[in-house]
Amino acid sequence: MTPALTLLALLLLTAAAFWIGRGRSLATVGGPRGIRDLHSLPGHYGMLTALWCAAPALLIAVLWWMFQDQVLMGLVTSHLPADQRALPPGEFGLLVNDLRNVIAGNATMANVPPATAAAAAEYLQLRSAARLALTVLVLALGIIAIVMVRSRIRPEMRARNSVESAVRAVLFLCSLLAVLTTLAILLSVLTEAVRFFAKVPVTEFLFSTSWSPQMAIRADQVGAEGSFGAVPLFTGTLLISLIAMLIAVPIGLMSAIYLAEYASRRLRKVVKPLLEVLAGVPTVVYGFFAATTLGPALRTLGENLGLEVASESALNAGLVMGVMIIPFVSSLADDMITAVPQSLRDGAYALGATRSETVRQVVLRAALPGIVGGVLLAVSRAIGETMIVVMAAGLAANLTANPLEAVTTVTVQIVTLLVGDQEFDSPKTLAAFALGLVLFVVTLALNAIALYVVRRYREQYE
Amino acid sequence: MNSTANRTSKQTQVLVARSLRRRYRSEFIFRALGVLAVSLGVLAVFGLFGKIIADGASVFRQSYVTLEIYYDPEIIDPEGGRAPEALATADYQALIKAALREKFPDVEGRANLRELYQLVSSGSFLSLQRAVVANPSLIGTRAQLTMPADDTVDMFVKGQVGRNAPVAERRLTDQQVAVVDRMTAAGILTMQLNREFLGNGDSRDPEQAGVRGALMGSLLTLGLTLLLSFPIGVAAAIYLEEFAARNRFTDLIEININNLAAVPSIVYGLLGLAVFIGLFGMPRSAPVVGSLVLTLLTLPTVIIASRSALKAVPPSIREAALGMGASQVQTVMHHVLPLALPGMLTGAIIGMARALGESAPLLMIGMVAFIVDVPQGLTDAATVLPVQVFLWSDLPERAFIARTSGAIIVLLVFLVVMNATAVYLRNRFEKRW
Repeated sequence: MTPALTLLALLLLTAAAFWIGRGRSLATVGGPRGIRDLHSLPGHYGMLTALWCAAPALLIAVLWWMFQDQVLMGLVTSHLPADQRALPPGEFGLLVNDLRNVIAGNATMANVPPATAAAAAEYLQLRSAARLALTVLVLALGIIAIVMVRSRIRPEMRARNSVESAVRAVLFLCSLLAVLTTLAILLSVLTEAVRFFAKVPVTEFLFSTSWSPQMAIRADQVGAEGSFGAVPLFTGTLLISLIAMLIAVPIGLMSAIYLAEYASRRLRKVVKPLLEVLAGVPTVVYGFFAATTLGPALRTLGENLGLEVASESALNAGLVMGVMIIPFVSSLADDMITAVPQSLRDGAYALGATRSETVRQVVLRAALPGIVGGVLLAVSRAIGETMIVVMAAGLAANLTANPLEAVTTVTVQIVTLLVGDQEFDSPKTLAAFALGLVLFVVTLALNAIALYVVRRYREQYE
Repeated sequence: MNSTANRTSKQTQVLVARSLRRRYRSEFIFRALGVLAVSLGVLAVFGLFGKIIADGASVFRQSYVTLEIYYDPEIIDPEGGRAPEALATADYQALIKAALREKFPDVEGRANLRELYQLVSSGSFLSLQRAVVANPSLIGTRAQLTMPADDTVDMFVKGQVGRNAPVAERRLTDQQVAVVDRMTAAGILTMQLNREFLGNGDSRDPEQAGVRGALMGSLLTLGLTLLLSFPIGVAAAIYLEEFAARNRFTDLIEININNLAAVPSIVYGLLGLAVFIGLFGMPRSAPVVGSLVLTLLTLPTVIIASRSALKAVPPSIREAALGMGASQVQTVMHHVLPLALPGMLTGAIIGMARALGESAPLLMIGMVAFIVDVPQGLTDAATVLPVQVFLWSDLPERAFIARTSGAIIVLLVFLVVMNATAVYLRNRFEKRW
């Protein structure tokens, strides 16, 4: 009995439950003619029966599947010979890996030591027993539920109300998922970060300027601990974001102004979607462009000007990131500018202001809170952007304000620390979560400030 | 104020004329800046796409060498038992080498022959192997077989490296160039649709590397993501829009959703790594985990889009249904939801398009491995298109630059198709009340 078959059986039983409940409700009032004596529609009685049949059984099944592997693995490994159980964690992990490979069918029993093969066989045996037991349990639960609900169906039973409160509960749970996601992000990042700060003091992480999270090959190696001063990462992130904003804000804002105030309707209709295309391009594409096209071009340009440009310079990543953010700034600014009522412009024109004076002194000032909010959101986008900097910025944690040198960012370091197989416990892996926490908090704060600015300073036009 | 009052109208006119010149100049500059900004933006679009297409278009055609292969029983199956293991492990490379020697009998000497062999993709024997294992009766026959040329030959034929470039850059010796010319003249070196690129998984040989594996990975991941995030997102939107009381808790949920939409995607990757892989022990690199992470990532987008679709349904519909005695749930399920569904679907497709281009969170959960096999199921190790782009962009072979651009083109085609579907759906089903 594979899980899919169990689910299929449950599904069939649920369908049966629907028809049983529906039929029963009609039977209590003497067939379809008596339908007006029923409190709810026959389908509601059917749905109620089906719900009671499926929901508890499904809940049990999901819980079972979540823990089945851990329980079975614990059982099987506790039956391994004593000398194997006493292996150091690393080797034991390899053994468990072997075991999993045999179980998954990626390796044959003949290729592993007999003890592992025996354990795998035991696992498989236990698993098929567990699956069978689960199927029986689920179906039994379903049948019991059907029988019980069926016996309670009366014409005056408020089946619709029960079904509808179940529907509402499901809808509510779905919307609760958003809150749960935030909690899960916070908890998962926070717990790992706390473990990291137990090994590396917070003050060192936040204020020390040397970042070299080496991989320790041996535990007693010199410098095995590495140093985790994240200041160069923060400055690198800020430098690249700053360059990006220097590109995106003027271009985005000016094109929004031009398209909203000057351009003809036709031009606007063509150009606006064209600019928005930039927002839909996956960021790997930008990263690839920066790494293979813009990077070398900047380098050649720098050589011709007598400047030394690193091939993974902050300028390169920042420029491309700026291009990525242009549509973000321009569409937000466009919304804000078009929201400014025409009467304000007309007033300015009536006083003799030129178009640009109207825009600068009236429209932009009225739209300013929205634009500032939009820019803040764009900054948080730039700080959290990953692929462009992974591909175009470097790994060297230089503490510099020179855009021609290579810098690294928070996101780049998270990726380099976590890509590939690693132990979950080393400060190196945990450092990524500490960085993630910083990233999460900073972007959240920027977002909150942006919303606050928009709400607090927005002019209300009636 | 006094000085203004004492000015004659003549003086004022002069003053105004002077300041007007200045004001008109600044008006012109402002306007020019606007044009400049728009042109820069448009230039960026064309530059980006132009560069990608220019680099990647060539990858959809590839040079193939057609050789007459003799399925020599002596080499494939000297024992004659046709045992599947023997067939699977035979030296098929030798068959290709023999065919090349037969075609170019004048190439002699160990070094020269090795150079000759290098012209055909070193992975070609795999297709021979597959053919023979599937159909052992081929053994002993002769057949024309078309196989990809080596990537150096391909780039040379396409003119991406110059004929007179130094050998180190051309990566073909003079003798090899001569043979390539002879092959072209004999008509056995031809350009054809690149079947490897569209039909293979990843490979270390550029001429054998394809996007099929990544494409399947993307489809599996996105399929499950859609199945999860669309119903959940719609349900959440219905609750918030139609049922929820306006209280602090609903406000909290709303603020939460807006904040989640602004959380960097890489943070979702951390969540996936810590919770799905660390806590629940789900497999690394698997599309299931990828789609769970992408579900959480796209959920805010789907919820926000679905809510605005629900908002667009006029209250009169609800009032009419309620007036006829429908319950609130019936009103929503039977009347409001069907009307809002096209809008919701549009939002979901846009969310999926975003998920298709997403790679950072997938790096975190290990969907970044070198995977040759095309994934078949949700728990097979897989990678997705943007991650494949990322992986290839790191490789040193020049031929991979074209492949990366080719993969980007495939990715962009999918994005365009999805967005076009969304626009079509919106135009087709959008009702104006």
